[in-house]
Amino acid sequence: MIGWRSTWSIYTRELMRFLRTAFQSVLAPVLTTSLYFIVFGAAIGGRMPDLGGVDYGAFIIPGLLMLTLLGETTSNSSFGIYMPRFTGTIYELLSAPVGVAETLIGFVGAAMTKSLILAAIILLTARLFVDYSIAHPLLAVVYIMLVAAAFSLFGFILGIWADNFEKLGIIPMLFLTPLTFLGGTFYSIDMLPEPWDTIALANPIVYLVSGLRWTFYGSSDVNIWISFGITLAFLAACVAVIAYIFRTGWRLRP
Amino acid sequence: MNGPILELDGLSKVYPGGLKALDNVDLTIRKGEIFALLGPNGAGKTTLIGAVCGLVRPTGGTIRAFGHDLARDWRKARARIGLVPQELSTDMFEPVQRAVAYSRGLFGLAPDPARIEEILRSLSLWEKRDTRIMALSGGMKRRVLIAKALAHEPDILFLDEPTAGVDVELRKGMWAIIDQMRDRGVTVILTTHYIEEAEGMADRVGIIRKGQIIMVDEKDAMMARLGRTEAHIALAQPLDELPPELAGYPIEIEEGGTSLCYRGGDGTGRGKEEVANVTKALIASGIDYTGIDIRESSLEDIFVSLLGEEQAA
Repeated sequence: MIGWRSTWSIYTRELMRFLRTAFQSVLAPVLTTSLYFIVFGAAIGGRMPDLGGVDYGAFIIPGLLMLTLLGETTSNSSFGIYMPRFTGTIYELLSAPVGVAETLIGFVGAAMTKSLILAAIILLTARLFVDYSIAHPLLAVVYIMLVAAAFSLFGFILGIWADNFEKLGIIPMLFLTPLTFLGGTFYSIDMLPEPWDTIALANPIVYLVSGLRWTFYGSSDVNIWISFGITLAFLAACVAVIAYIFRTGWRLRP
Repeated sequence: MNGPILELDGLSKVYPGGLKALDNVDLTIRKGEIFALLGPNGAGKTTLIGAVCGLVRPTGGTIRAFGHDLARDWRKARARIGLVPQELSTDMFEPVQRAVAYSRGLFGLAPDPARIEEILRSLSLWEKRDTRIMALSGGMKRRVLIAKALAHEPDILFLDEPTAGVDVELRKGMWAIIDQMRDRGVTVILTTHYIEEAEGMADRVGIIRKGQIIMVDEKDAMMARLGRTEAHIALAQPLDELPPELAGYPIEIEEGGTSLCYRGGDGTGRGKEEVANVTKALIASGIDYTGIDIRESSLEDIFVSLLGEEQAA
């Protein structure tokens, strides 16, 4: 049985935390996205050929969206659970009649909501620079939500695993961002020479970027269902890890 | 006498590093009482509270609260337990009222602004309801933590060192708050380093050392059983030996015969009676005295003596 009032309390409090830093939370992605469009879309993109029939400026939108989505979702969620651990306020959550479902829906739901707000902001910002249309809008929303859910869960695991701020930042900084840059954000992996195009397929982010790009333009490097499958498998793996954490109390209840 | 509200049976906790923080603890807390858990640093007080409140996973034994086994019916039990931690742990950026309302919601209760107002007023926090917690004084922050713990109207309230590091005036204010809890029928379990706090407020006292409860008793019974009277009688003239009238009293000559020291009695006042009889016997023997310094042993004396005995054993 899920305690919905408890869930709602966690969810709204996390969103409040987001709103406290709304200016920074909104302005940063708008600024970053604008810079990417100015540099890659206008300065470089003008000299690039269309990719799969899509203007280069429009081509990079799903990649940029994914870049922000993965980073923000992971950090929002990891901070959401790490800070109460760091400051000791987690005692309240642990002593409440709240289980894994309420905690996850509350924390992860809030992280997802923030990410969806950011995604909308990025798409609106992109509209200022590039003309684009979304081929499968419903699938795009579903896919963005799936990715946001999966990486919110991943961030949650990260926030429980980390026992200092360095560890909290190391995974997004050293793994997630580089893999996203190398995952076809700014190019199609078809553009890579052999054997790099094959090696690139070992990067899981390729499938995420490719999947989102398919929902936008109906074509992608990888089959859309493989992308969906990998996203769902990652989500399921994160749920399994979190279930284990709550069952054993790892890093939460000594 | 009220029935049990919380029962610990063989409760044990061994931390992964091998530290045995709780060693087969049996303890029953009665409904509506104020129970003081005393013990030196590292005795296991906070671990015991953590085990009941869900912060620590016990490695053995059972905990029953309100008749529910905490391992199985933890939701039902936890919904009725409140905790005020030792550290000032709360989101410092949040305004007071919102922080307290969050706690109520977290424990699954519907919003009740009137109830939140009542709690804040009772803790003299209403005027600060829109103030960020970070802007409050240390004492007020501690009261916010109490307000948060009371927001879901718990039947059992754990206070872990509620007056640690606060000044005398604030400490007395905290005692008044705990008295309010008692009046509301809340069962209060507190740990404290200030033994006078336990002496002033607790109905029963438990002493824990190295993860084991070494004594649990009514405070008055403990004082009666283990209490002592100590009297120093300053003599007008030095004395070489005790007169026969004082034989049978636990009395010694000290300070080169210029003073007599009585150590005896119990916590029921027998010691005072005996000191009065000693002074009468001195007068009857023609021995004059110039002053009497008499003192009843405190719970702190008993506590220190018990721990000393345990250590020696």
